[in-house]
Formats: sequence, structure tokens, C-alpha cells
Amino acid sequence: MKITSAEVEKVAGLARLALSADEIQALTGQMDAILSYVDKLDELDVADIVPTAHAVPVENALREDLVRPSIGSEKALANAPEAADGCFRVPRVIE
Amino acid sequence: MALIDLSLREMQQQLRERKVSSVELTRAFLERIAAVDERVNAFITRCDAQALAGAQEADRRLAAGDAAPLTGIPLALKDIFSTEGVLTTCASKILANYIPPYDATAVARLKAQDAVLLGKLNMDEFAMGSSNENSAYGVVRNPWNLETVPGGSSGGSAAAVAARQVPATLGTDTGGSIRQPAAHCGVVGLKPTYGRVSRYGVVAYASSLDQVGPLAANVEDCALLLQAVAGYDPLDSTSVDTPVPDYQAGLRDGVKGLRIGLPREYFIDGLDADVKQALDEAIAVYRGLGAEIVEVSLPHTDYALACYYLIAPAEASSNLARYDGVRYGVRAAAAQNLIDMYTQSRAAGFGAEVKRRIMLGTYALSSGYYDAYYLKAQKVRTLIRQDYFDAFARCDLLLTPVAPTPAFRIGEKTDDPLHMYLSDIFTIPLNLAGTCGLALPCGFSKAGLPIGMQLAGRPFDEATLLRVGHAYEQATDWHKRKAPL
Repeated sequence: MKITSAEVEKVAGLARLALSADEIQALTGQMDAILSYVDKLDELDVADIVPTAHAVPVENALREDLVRPSIGSEKALANAPEAADGCFRVPRVIE
Repeated sequence: MALIDLSLREMQQQLRERKVSSVELTRAFLERIAAVDERVNAFITRCDAQALAGAQEADRRLAAGDAAPLTGIPLALKDIFSTEGVLTTCASKILANYIPPYDATAVARLKAQDAVLLGKLNMDEFAMGSSNENSAYGVVRNPWNLETVPGGSSGGSAAAVAARQVPATLGTDTGGSIRQPAAHCGVVGLKPTYGRVSRYGVVAYASSLDQVGPLAANVEDCALLLQAVAGYDPLDSTSVDTPVPDYQAGLRDGVKGLRIGLPREYFIDGLDADVKQALDEAIAVYRGLGAEIVEVSLPHTDYALACYYLIAPAEASSNLARYDGVRYGVRAAAAQNLIDMYTQSRAAGFGAEVKRRIMLGTYALSSGYYDAYYLKAQKVRTLIRQDYFDAFARCDLLLTPVAPTPAFRIGEKTDDPLHMYLSDIFTIPLNLAGTCGLALPCGFSKAGLPIGMQLAGRPFDEATLLRVGHAYEQATDWHKRKAPL
């Protein structure tokens, strides 16, 4: 096995996903199959190969640091599940 | 000829000559949508009232003699494009209530030309899928056979064109999501070179692979639509500042003297017999038109799928971290604390395929596995890209199948993700290499399902693909066949 259900559970925590026991079991088998498949990359010697960070060659895309019009806080908050006093509202963080 | 059967080019002409109004045209498509969409399920959101208002406005502009190329032409868009004031779900429950406060750049460019928005089209959730079976809004059905899939993830876009619910549309392609559904639905789809069209305002799946492109009933219409949206956008730091040619200009120059490469790794034993035969006949057509056919090799093709299924999920897991129930989208009720709110909102909001890819990607990027998986995949990507550059030194473009088989039956592959992923084996390498690809109809299977071929071009050489595709359309009539709906 490439991956155990305990590892799947740990990854779910990292990914901030609450998964059911059934989902963890199904994903363990599926991820195992996929990870075993991607092991075919080990057939290649890539020690001296530069990784591709970008599909086409581009230089850093820099721009002038200028203030420009934006959508404004009213529009930015319009889709918030909860908002108050011009802020996004979330459950209490500090006890 | 019925209004819904006109090409974009013909519509453009008739609108200008005032033989038809944008309102008449828009009504014709709205009626068609109302008549067939219950069976096809290509639409998530319909914008009937707004579309008619937009058409009236376009008619005023046409009357004033102040028309842009797309003025008054009805279009619809994959529900991945942010549209100001219009629900944008990305086919996910987690965005079931999201009304974007701004337009994607591609949308803004269509609006600047007074194109009319008919609605938003169904897709695989967050563009993850090869069959359009992963939508929170139900499966899209292939207009050629309602028991089969339309392909994914722009399945709604391809099906809507094939069913003539829209004359043309925009989709996105991360691993074949424009080309593969285009092939399965018998329409034309173009994935431009990465960076050719702005991704600003397009819901992100895998940022280094996603690209926006047109789907239409013929190559010339694809050229028209690409013209409208291509070009540098300062709002997208990955859009490339290189000149956009006139895609209509060289369309009729033919293929005489061009070298078309056949990569031997794409003509493998597992290829469906009907697909193989259609491709052989297409190659013969090109030979007859005066193109030179050469065999080339892309030796790392066999590694592309493994490479993609590390890179795309890794980038997806990062992009989808923004769905946390704080700023937009659906938030789970009754969360006790912040972490609980994140995990519950995401668990309830994402579908199975999206969860699977988030998990794979999080694993591939996690401490201890990054070098073995993500970094290695990015190195293999370099080899795959180099294969293409080597091939393009020997030929002007490549001709390959789009998918290993015609459209499969709904439900046939849903229990086996790895098997499903193989549907995109011929399209994925182009996304990894960043180059452009055109899918166009080249025949039908014995069961009557469309078959497509793929033309792959040098980076930013979409013009050659369009020209070579157009030459084929002049010599054949596959693209003129209509789905029996």
C-alpha cells in the first residue's frame, strides 16, 4: 500500500476537509491506485532537469505601484455569508 | 435556413444588412433552449430577460452603423466565467449563491462588442472531469445520443453548440476540457497557447495549465471568437504581451507545402478502430490537399498523464483553499469554531471528484512528499515540453486523435477514477507543454457518434491551426452534420 487510511485522515486535516469514515475508506483505495500509477515517473532520471515553473517563458510581470480604483468594500462584502460593521464575520477565534 | 443554423459569420452579415435583428436572433435561440434543454441539461442559468434587453441595445447600435464584430450575436458561457450580477456557480454547491461583483476580462471583451449573453453553461464541478458527470446541477447529455456523455469539463458548452442552443461559446481547457468535449459532440474547439487569453475572473482550477478558448460549429467561427478575447491583460500577470494576428486574414491560404507531423506515440494499439479509421482518412485528405506528412516522436508521452495528475491536483488544492466560507459561497451552519466552520463548509460544499483532487494535491505538496511527487512532475514536464520543441523543429504542426474512443455511456466509468482519467491522455500533454491545440470533427463511429482530430501547433501559432483546420472543412462536410435533436 502506498497510503493508509490514517494518512488519508491526516491529509484531510491539512486540506480542511471533514470526511466521513466511508469517504476515507474509498479515498484510501483510490489514492493508492493513483499514487501507484504516478510512480511510473520514477522510471525517468530527472536529477539534472530544471523543473518547469511556467509553460511559456515569461519574465517577472511587474507593474507600477499605483493606487487604482477597486470594487469597494460594499461589493466585496456583498457575497459574505455573514458581515458586520464593514467586516467579514466569523466564529470567535480568541477565547 | 433556420436562424439557429446560421454560422457566426452569416449572422454577422445578416445583422449588418438588417436582414435579421438581434432580438429575432436572440428569440430564436431562447426558443431552442426552451425546447431542448430539458433533455440536454446544458444550462445552469438562463438570462432570457437580460438577453432580450441586450439584443435591443445591440439593434440600436447596428441601426446607428456602429457595430463591432460580435454586436448582437447571442452567446453563452461556461459557468466558470465571472459575470457581474449573474449567478456563477462553477457547477459547485459551494458557490450556489455566488453573484460576482465584476466581469472576467474575456466577458468584458465580449460585452465591449455588444455580444448578447443567453446564460451560463453546465460543466464538471470546478472544471474537474472528463465526462460532465461531476456537476452539482446534474449530468449533461450528448445531443448525438442522450445516453452518452458529452465529455468534460466544458461538456455543457460543447453540447449547447451541438444542440444549436447557442451558435458559439467560450470554455476553459486544463487537460483537454475544450477539445475532448468538442470531439465528443462533433463541434470545433480551440485551446489557445497558455497566456494568449486572460484568465482574470475565471475561477481557477490549475493555474499553470488553465486556458480560455472558443467552441463553435466551424473553424472560422472559432477564429472570430478568439479574435474578440485574445490579447494581453494587465490584470492577469500570466497573460503574455505578444501581438495578436488577424485570424481571419490567412484562413484561406491552404496547406500546400506545410509539414504535418504524426507523433507515433499517439497512434497506439489501444486506439478505437473507428477513431483510427477516421484519422487515417483525415490524413489522406491532407495529403491530397498538398501537405507533407512526416512521422515524428514525442518520447515522453507515456508520462504525461502521471505528470498531470500530480501537477493539476496540487495547484487545485492550493486554489480551492479560498473556499472557506468566510468571504463568499456557502457556509455550513452551526459551526462551533473557525476550523470547524472551514472543514464543515468544505465537506458539504465540494463534490466527490473535487475532494479527491484536493486530497491528492494536498498529499503531493505535503512535507516529505513534495520532492518525490510535485517537484518530480514539474521536471518531467520539462521533458514533455522539450519533446514538442524537438517535433516542431521537424514539422509545422502535429495531427493526433483527441480522445481514445468516441463518447462513452453515462455512468460507465464513474466508479474508476484512474480509468476515467485516461480519456484525456491525448489532450493533456499540450497543456503541460503550454502550446495550442484545435479539435475538429473528422468522422463518425459505426454507432453514429462524432469523432474528432486534434491539430497541435507551435506556441502562439493559433493562426496556422485555424488555417489548416479551415482547409479540411472546405474539403469535407463532417462539421455540417447536425445532431438529431
